Amino acid sequence: MNTANQTAKIRKKITPYMYLMPTIVLMVILLVVPICMVIKFSMLDEAITSKAPSFVGIKNYVKVLTDKNFWNAAKNTMFFVLVSIVAHMVIGMVFAMVLNTRYLSSTTKGLCRVIFALPWMFTASVIAILWRLMMNPSGIINYLIVTLHLSPEGVDWLASRSVALIAVTIINIWSGYPFYMISMLAGLQGISTDMYEASALDGANGIRTFIHITLPSLKPILISLIMLDFVWTLQQFALIWMTTGGGPVGSTETIATYIYKQAFSKYKYSIASTAAVLLLIICIIIGIFYVRHQRSEE
Amino acid sequence: MKKTTLMKKLLATTVAGIMVASLTACGSQAPAAPAAEAPKEEAPAAAPAAEAKEEAAAPAGDGVTLEFQQWWGVEMPDGALQEIVDGFTAQTGINISLLSNPYADTKTQIAAGASTGTMADVVGLDGSWVYDFAKQGAISNLSELMKADGYDDSQLSDQIKYNGDTYMIPVVNFAYPLYVNLDILEQAGVEKVPETWTEFLAACDKIKANTDAAAYCIPLNTEAPNGIQNQFMSWVWASGGNMLKDGKPGLTGNDTVTKTVELFKTMYDKKYLTDGVYALQEQDMVNEFENGRLAFMIDGVSHLTTITNESPDLKFTVAPQPKADGYTGKSGMDVACWGIGISGNSEHQAECMQFVEYMMSPEVNAKLAQIANAFPGNINANPDYSSNSELFLKAFDLWNTCYAINEFTGAPTSEDLMRSFNEELILYLDGDTATTDDMLANIQAAWEEAYN
Repeated sequence: MNTANQTAKIRKKITPYMYLMPTIVLMVILLVVPICMVIKFSMLDEAITSKAPSFVGIKNYVKVLTDKNFWNAAKNTMFFVLVSIVAHMVIGMVFAMVLNTRYLSSTTKGLCRVIFALPWMFTASVIAILWRLMMNPSGIINYLIVTLHLSPEGVDWLASRSVALIAVTIINIWSGYPFYMISMLAGLQGISTDMYEASALDGANGIRTFIHITLPSLKPILISLIMLDFVWTLQQFALIWMTTGGGPVGSTETIATYIYKQAFSKYKYSIASTAAVLLLIICIIIGIFYVRHQRSEE
Repeated sequence: MKKTTLMKKLLATTVAGIMVASLTACGSQAPAAPAAEAPKEEAPAAAPAAEAKEEAAAPAGDGVTLEFQQWWGVEMPDGALQEIVDGFTAQTGINISLLSNPYADTKTQIAAGASTGTMADVVGLDGSWVYDFAKQGAISNLSELMKADGYDDSQLSDQIKYNGDTYMIPVVNFAYPLYVNLDILEQAGVEKVPETWTEFLAACDKIKANTDAAAYCIPLNTEAPNGIQNQFMSWVWASGGNMLKDGKPGLTGNDTVTKTVELFKTMYDKKYLTDGVYALQEQDMVNEFENGRLAFMIDGVSHLTTITNESPDLKFTVAPQPKADGYTGKSGMDVACWGIGISGNSEHQAECMQFVEYMMSPEVNAKLAQIANAFPGNINANPDYSSNSELFLKAFDLWNTCYAINEFTGAPTSEDLMRSFNEELILYLDGDTATTDDMLANIQAAWEEAYN
């Protein structure tokens, strides 16, 4: 009887894990194993390229952290990520509010919704080609600048060391704001109209209503969006690679392009793995904050 | 036990079983299995699903299937490469499974395959990859395979070596002559195609003064830094110069390289170059030329047909690259090639070598060269260029008057060598580096690190 009870208890305990097993197997093979391999490579000398790589401990980490190109990439990445997030948030909010306003007809709103959301539909390669054409020295943006007498000559958007990082950030902002817009629109539509009516009765103007009702109501969505966007933008590779390749002279180099060049151009897989692990650590920290925030919301 | 509980358990077990099975299938490598274990139908399942795959149409002979990964199929007319490899299957019974992807994707996939030991049996190679793959042991020593087969390698126009042994054979070659827009020259008042650097600069001056077009273009986008190879170093080679000395970097104290850097500084300062060259890619340069906004460019003959088809009204020609003043010797012509190599992991080394020999046989090689608008890798191949354009034949004549050269082929991390040159050149053109000697010393130091 006791044995039967124990078996039943064990079975009861094991059952949920059996249901989770397919996901766990997938996670282990597709996530845990590659991550462990990259961590291992980061502690080897000449990983992959040598038949018998030797263990070097944290030597690669010292090498990466004392490499001025890595710090240049880190600095560019920070600029790229922070400016992108702020701009995504502001533009997404403005467009979401436009789409949520009662002053536009539903047809106009529908049309605007499609147009505003378009950049989110394009793949990175399409976006890169599109903007490379527009930012070409003889492209439409310079044409407009010169035609409208904003400047006597065009701007070398992607070719100037002082402008290129701003240019790729603009491209990233354009390609990413619809995600904020759609999410915030959903959030705005969930705010009860009673609250707005009460604030109107209390004599609050539009700005006060926005600060004291709209923003606090959207806070949970905003925090989630910022954390996700931080991680996604941090890992942005394709857009930068296909527009500037990290140049000219490292002016748009980010950690992602730095890793790629180390691996596939210099064939220094150990150094690439080390930089990847550092990037992973940053993502994990953000991930922990995200999970904690989600839990506190629950 | 309740019926519903039983059903749930059954369902859970089935789903778990399916997932494990699918994972096993995904995770399995795609080695060329022994003949008896590798029926033709199994090969596609083992290859990555995303890859454009064209199966060999011929019936399986002894059942061996070789994977041939390259970018050539994408750049040739539809089905042309398939037809060529089908000929091999008909002769030998060995199936060839083509994995055709664009150049950049192929490079990444082959590099990844080299790292993980999952490279296709036979691979299309660029000369700039050879050193690193050979050093990794990812590609086979062809000298040994040719010797074992008794293959006469004197018929090969070139062999790319590492430590004295061949690891890549150029199948077809693409020469890089000077393209000239004749309309722009006429509009600018330039009467003949320049032959020396002085004549070239004088022509650039007239083009700048009398037209809206740019005189010359060097794409310096860091994503693909081969502008250094094709649009810069070609000037050095055309004037009999070299960037290497005894197989090692020889940039400092190199008169021809120094003069070439100064030539580009002059072109940049006088605004003869296309605007925004630091962000341009090779395709942008071709587009500028096709659109009549560029007078001169150095480009591969592979673009001849494309330019002619896409811009039928463009009046242009190909010409020898101008030489440094006073140089009267033979010119080197920059060459890019489609090379072939064998994976070090392939279990069918002999069959792979058989395929390489087939591709290099005079008849097949001639056919490939003719279709690809290229020059053959086998000196005995006699391509029938009668259907090719007059300009192509002119380029072929130019090719025959020059010697083929590309010192980046077989160099260690050659893309990175080009990238460091690219960055230092930009710094010099922008005035951040004071002198040509300083610039070349910086590059020399970076290159020596790669060679050590």
